[in-house]
Amino acid sequence: MLINTIETIFAYPFLTRALVAGVLISLCAALLGVSLVLKRYSMIGDGLSHVGFGALAVASVLNLAPLGVAIPVCIICAIFLLRIKNSSFINGDNAIAIVSSGALAIGILVISMSSGMNTDVYNYMFGSILALSREDAMLCVIMSIVIISLYILFYNRIFSVTFDDVFASATGTKTGIYSIVLAVLTAVTVVIGMRMMGALLISSLIIFPATISMKISGTYKKVICISAVLSVLCFVIGMIVSFNADAPVGASIVVINIIVFIITSVVTAVTRRIR
Amino acid sequence: MAILECVEASFGYDANIVLSDVDFSLCGGEYLCILGENGAGKSTLIKGILGLIAPAKGKVLFGEGLKSHEIGYMPQQMMINSNFPASVLEVVLSGRINSMGARPFYNSADKKDALEKLELMGMKGYEKRSYRDLSGGQKQRVLLARAMCAAKKLILLDEPVSGLDPAATAELYDIIKKINSEYKMTVIMVSHDTKAAVSYASHILHLSHTQLFYGTKDEYVSSRVGLEYLKGADIGC
Repeated sequence: MLINTIETIFAYPFLTRALVAGVLISLCAALLGVSLVLKRYSMIGDGLSHVGFGALAVASVLNLAPLGVAIPVCIICAIFLLRIKNSSFINGDNAIAIVSSGALAIGILVISMSSGMNTDVYNYMFGSILALSREDAMLCVIMSIVIISLYILFYNRIFSVTFDDVFASATGTKTGIYSIVLAVLTAVTVVIGMRMMGALLISSLIIFPATISMKISGTYKKVICISAVLSVLCFVIGMIVSFNADAPVGASIVVINIIVFIITSVVTAVTRRIR
Repeated sequence: MAILECVEASFGYDANIVLSDVDFSLCGGEYLCILGENGAGKSTLIKGILGLIAPAKGKVLFGEGLKSHEIGYMPQQMMINSNFPASVLEVVLSGRINSMGARPFYNSADKKDALEKLELMGMKGYEKRSYRDLSGGQKQRVLLARAMCAAKKLILLDEPVSGLDPAATAELYDIIKKINSEYKMTVIMVSHDTKAAVSYASHILHLSHTQLFYGTKDEYVSSRVGLEYLKGADIGC
């Protein structure tokens, strides 16, 4: 059955596209997720997906290029949210809630005033493999490669800033720039991942692999590697399951992640007890 | 020429001046202890020396070729997520970033330096261990090793012994003393521990929103401020 499924996936170009784009997006989300979870920024991913939904809704009503609108809007919001985290103006969690529910509300209003709930909107909410056009897939691939290369290039600095940003800035690292880089990369990952995972589910792609790998390993490099491998593995299994069971792909991936999360939690708890 | 000089410097946040008229100079190889109660402005002065905040008035000057980003800073341990998944070597290596320029990855010289600094802390063989599994005293030594990797001539320690048991405290004080006397590293240490300050430091700076005292340890012991605080410390024991 598995081989059959894989054969089918490679027989249909749209499925192959989805597989390649999904693997790359899963990789990006896993890499960024480790930093976001450790800096307690993980809810920013969730907030940004709602912003992305609002922006996509406005773009589709105005007949603009969906990603061309959503990516810049999300980048601006991401920078704003990361910056506000360090200010006394408003609490960071409140800011995320305000921005995300505000954007969602605008999206829903705009949709109801025009076409109403249609398949397009449904796909943005819950994700769909079929939603990925040729151009979207190309953009996903290019963006993912850029994100992964930047991440590898700045790996040691991102570690230093994540571990201790005061030390990093005291020793001359421009921490402000790295938090902006992190914000931009997260925003792009969320927007391109939304097409497949859905606005409501994309943040799990960022949070689950990082959280699971931190239970398994105690060194940063291993956490990053395990997180990347797990993320891709859960995506592929989720996609195969969704294909066979005719279930939505985003939800299937999240459920696979939950199963892995429960298994690792039980196994680490038991091994700790035995030790 | 002094390695660090504060000239009538005042520091604060926005319009609030937290610490005013700090005026002292420190020469290479000296060991300065900054004393003062909570809220006296010690942490603010540290931020000022590290260049994280600019002085509202006056100046902070570096000499002997030292630059602000070449200070080895050791933060209070509670500032760091104690569950962070990182190996000891990964933490110590991050101290080398300020000397890497645009180079993105560590080379063998960086690794050699990091291992040397770990050995100096008595932590040889710990490099592959996870930071989160270490004891409080071991974590402090790892952070000190990282500070030493970043430091050219000056290290700045923010309450290095807070939260440590007496044995780990004594051990850490001895390591800091060794760094100062054998490795000729200039040391600035912020502390609550007046007794330890008097027994280890060469100079004392006592703050309480402004500079109450600056001078050598011997001058401090016989000064009015020093007598008052040392008496308090004795009763405290």
